[in-house]
Amino acid sequence: MVLKELVSVVNGKVLCGESHINESIEYAFASDLMSDVLTLRITNFLLITGLANVQSVRTAEMSDLKYLLFARGKKVTDDMIELAQENDMVIITTPYSLFKTSGLLYSAGIQPVY
Amino acid sequence: MVLEYKVEGGDFTQAGNVSSSVKKVLKQLGINPVVIKRVVVALYEAEVNIVAHAYRGVVTATLDDEGIRIVLDDEGPGIASIEQAMVKGYSTASKEVREMGFGAGMGLPNIKDNADEFTITSKVGVGTRLDIYIHYV
Repeated sequence: MVLKELVSVVNGKVLCGESHINESIEYAFASDLMSDVLTLRITNFLLITGLANVQSVRTAEMSDLKYLLFARGKKVTDDMIELAQENDMVIITTPYSLFKTSGLLYSAGIQPVY
Repeated sequence: MVLEYKVEGGDFTQAGNVSSSVKKVLKQLGINPVVIKRVVVALYEAEVNIVAHAYRGVVTATLDDEGIRIVLDDEGPGIASIEQAMVKGYSTASKEVREMGFGAGMGLPNIKDNADEFTITSKVGVGTRLDIYIHYV
């Protein structure tokens, strides 16, 4: 699914990384536990999380993933955006819950990591 | 090449800075991205452990022709039972650490999974040393 379409599905807003809006995403993983994210060997997937802090972005950096979707309308701080920009990442926010966000994206064809 | 970094315990705003720096160096050296991810995931988990549990620590990364050795030495409370600490799900992390998305007792097992060689030694009341080696191929 093209990122632009994904943003529309979750009624989202792109906070940084707009230049990647026409890239395609195939896989996603939803978790508030960064240790779980760090066990994944694949790269370049979408992380859906409700944990909005700098360590979420750091975890994305270490996991080689560049698409972050913050659910539940969580506040994304300037520090987080700055770190995401340094690493050429995309940050999207959605007002929907983690469950609703995941369900909508799964129905729209995004595949689970496992 | 030897790189040395200091890590301050309790300062979550800085957690990940060392891992980020090492990642940049490995990318510049043209190391395989799959290997880089294994190195930085193991290092990041270990770095977060120092921030979460210790007072301070020193990270030494030594790169040779075949791989990278990372030694993390911290001054802190130490680990009473390494056997218990290596069990997935066991954690003594604080509420603050858990709020950061860690402290689920998965860090040490994940470091071991990513490393080709991994040893951990600790002395209660003194500190903990992690020795991680990962081959480039």
